[in-house]
Amino acid sequence: MKSYTYFPGCSSEATAVGLDISTRAIAEVLGMELKELEDWNCCGSTPYGSLDETESIVIAARNLALAEKTGLDLVTPCSSCFVTLNKARIHMMEKPQLKEKVNAALSAANLEYKGTVKVRLLIEALMSDITTKQISGKVKKPLKGLKVAPYTGCQEVRPRFGFDHPENPVALDDIVTAVGADVVPYPSKCKCCGGSAVIAEEGLTLELMYRLLDDAAKNGAECIVTPCPLCQMNLDAYQGKVNAKYNTKFNLPVLFVTQLIGVAVGLKADQLGLKKNIVSPNKVLAKYL
Amino acid sequence: MGKTQSMNFVKEVSQVLGGEGVNLCMQCGTCTASCPSAHIWEYTPSEIIAMVRAEMRDEVLSSSSMWCCLSCYSCTVRCPRDVEPTNLFHALESLAVKHGYKPKNTSTPVMYKNFVKSIKKNGRVSEFQMMMGYYMSTNPFAALGMISVAWNLLSHGRMPLSAKKIKGKKDLDKIIKKLNEVRGAQ
Ligand code: SF4
Ligand code: SF4
Repeated sequence: MKSYTYFPGCSSEATAVGLDISTRAIAEVLGMELKELEDWNCCGSTPYGSLDETESIVIAARNLALAEKTGLDLVTPCSSCFVTLNKARIHMMEKPQLKEKVNAALSAANLEYKGTVKVRLLIEALMSDITTKQISGKVKKPLKGLKVAPYTGCQEVRPRFGFDHPENPVALDDIVTAVGADVVPYPSKCKCCGGSAVIAEEGLTLELMYRLLDDAAKNGAECIVTPCPLCQMNLDAYQGKVNAKYNTKFNLPVLFVTQLIGVAVGLKADQLGLKKNIVSPNKVLAKYL
Repeated sequence: MGKTQSMNFVKEVSQVLGGEGVNLCMQCGTCTASCPSAHIWEYTPSEIIAMVRAEMRDEVLSSSSMWCCLSCYSCTVRCPRDVEPTNLFHALESLAVKHGYKPKNTSTPVMYKNFVKSIKKNGRVSEFQMMMGYYMSTNPFAALGMISVAWNLLSHGRMPLSAKKIKGKKDLDKIIKKLNEVRGAQ
């Protein structure tokens, strides 16, 4: 059993609650102990850094300082938390003066950031520590015949934090294969869905989502699988709007990769938050649940 | 546009966190060619960098361009000069906010402000409160167009209406206050 400090991220309490539920459920089966970081705060994400980068680093650093006390690696399933926390970490590593300033601020809450904690992505921990071999070994219901478009998105692999290829990632393909499903060719696998711009620039993001859904459908996918909370939310909750705008009839369930693994290792719909999915996956998963 | 002020713009940008790479750009256009939102930018990604280099301070900071960046980091991994354009655009956003520029034709700054407001209130983001704040300060009627999506999320238990407050909210306030004291002293 390997232990980690777990950083769920704000979306895990709302739009991506299914990611949190399924992450905790598969961790137990796969022998990962996830200890939630006590009283974590929002990582700050892109908006905070765009308004005030230094202040955003300070609030990210509160999490890093708290995590450091545990001595374990910090693991998050959220790609945006991963990039934001790592960006803060690297800025402080490269600029000792900044780190000093941050520590002066943290001292107001009796905290100190030393620079020892590792920030890792859940899917990277699955690949490096658990390995696809062990995942395959736990499969009870091979997802034979299920055609999956593997959608990695942006911030899982960009900018480069040393994991997978930034333009042609393969980790997700490997996991989908490890649980017995078929990977369809998916040239859009790490194209952008628009992220949080869906609120202020809906027209643009619907266009990007249309292309992603169209690419998956044209390649014969029955569902899309993603590790990213924002990608899932956009493609799932806005699929109806895309259909209305582009006069299409997409009906593609968008699963978290953790939900897909969960089904294959024999967990039930309720244990994986599958009822939280808006485009219902019941039909495509019926054979396996 | 004051001349002394405008002549130092490149330097000003290069001193903001994330803006360090501005002088490395060789105008190859790779960032623009890679950008999924370039077609809605007022000036394209490489153009806005050229404008910084040309000391066009007012035009740059009042532009909506950088606010169209989706943080997909495609330009950053492809830029042959390691300019890190994504971080550079965020640096331009933060400069625009700092100097009180209000770009036309984009409500992204308002969305960002509501996002940060939500963090400062509770320590975590409440997506619901952030969206409500955004629509109230932009166009409340636009919220009507969101009913279908909001209903999708609400009816599937994905949009709690109340916000969770972290226990260390006071600590977070103290940390931010202290940072601003340290910054003010410098
Ligand atoms: S890709 Fe880099 S070097 Fe080329 S124009 Fe963009 S920022 Fe400049
Ligand atoms: S990070 Fe921003 S500027 Fe760069 S390619 Fe993506 S959307 Fe365009």
